[in-house]
Amino acid sequence: MAHPSQLGFQDAASPVMEELIHFHDHTLMIVFLISALVLYVITAMVSTKLTNKYILDSQEIEIVWTILPAIILIMIALPSLRILYLMDEINDPHLTIKAMGHQWYWSYEYTDYEDLGFDSYMIQTQDLTPGQFRLLETDHRMVVPMESPVRVLVSAEDVLHSWAVPALGVKMDAVPGRLNQTAFIISRPGIYYGQCSEICGANHSFMPIVVEAVPLEHFEAWSSSMLEEA
Amino acid sequence: MMAEDIQAKLKNYKTAPFDARFPNQNQTRNCFQNYLDFHRCTKVLTAKGADTTPCEWFRRVYKSLCPISWINKWNDQLEEGTFPGKI
Repeated sequence: MAHPSQLGFQDAASPVMEELIHFHDHTLMIVFLISALVLYVITAMVSTKLTNKYILDSQEIEIVWTILPAIILIMIALPSLRILYLMDEINDPHLTIKAMGHQWYWSYEYTDYEDLGFDSYMIQTQDLTPGQFRLLETDHRMVVPMESPVRVLVSAEDVLHSWAVPALGVKMDAVPGRLNQTAFIISRPGIYYGQCSEICGANHSFMPIVVEAVPLEHFEAWSSSMLEEA
Repeated sequence: MMAEDIQAKLKNYKTAPFDARFPNQNQTRNCFQNYLDFHRCTKVLTAKGADTTPCEWFRRVYKSLCPISWINKWNDQLEEGTFPGKI
């Protein structure tokens, strides 16, 4: 989950997010190097007593500072396109879950076998138990088997919402009347938090998403108990 | 031969598989098409007096993909005779 004064991404919980973090590290390093170079050149220009009034042009440097940026851009574009196509790979999900956005809560439907559906409301600050996270916890979590390809179909029942879980590298708009597909594999067990990412009214900031990844047997036990409860 | 294939496919059903007709992000039509296909399949096979087991596949797929509220709305529309699709 997010931490106070956090600067970087949350730790990756899916292979796609790992790739995105590596790409971001690579691109940010290029940005830092270029910025450091420019900052050096500016301070050098500003702090020298030398003046030279007679240089008009220079073919050599012009060629260098055209070719070099082109190469740098290619070095950014290649990994970027690689990840873009990787995210678009055809996957073969083991499980389909529907995430429906409402004002102001999410509901999850697991209907591959039985009709399991439940609402997921934020736990109000005054009802939190010690150790729980303010504005992030929900009464029911979206439980998912780990290391299993999962398809999530995101939609909305009223206005626009958006289903996002940063640790998984997932964000998908929830549009009424439309079924948007996203997929992920969660590499490790854990609890991953997200928040509604499209303005949807008064309580837009108070309809979080919690994904709980567990071993398959635990998932099966959880879904049986949820069906009994209903 | 065909009947055993359907039975095997239905027994091993995990979730709606990848459908090349709907390869992209927008799966709205995938859900609606399977809902239509289930009802068309049922209508045709019951008219012929044949076994409707093959239609089960479409039912499993639309149940996996379509939001429960959409299914309920369409079922109500079918009963009322206001369903917008051609069955």
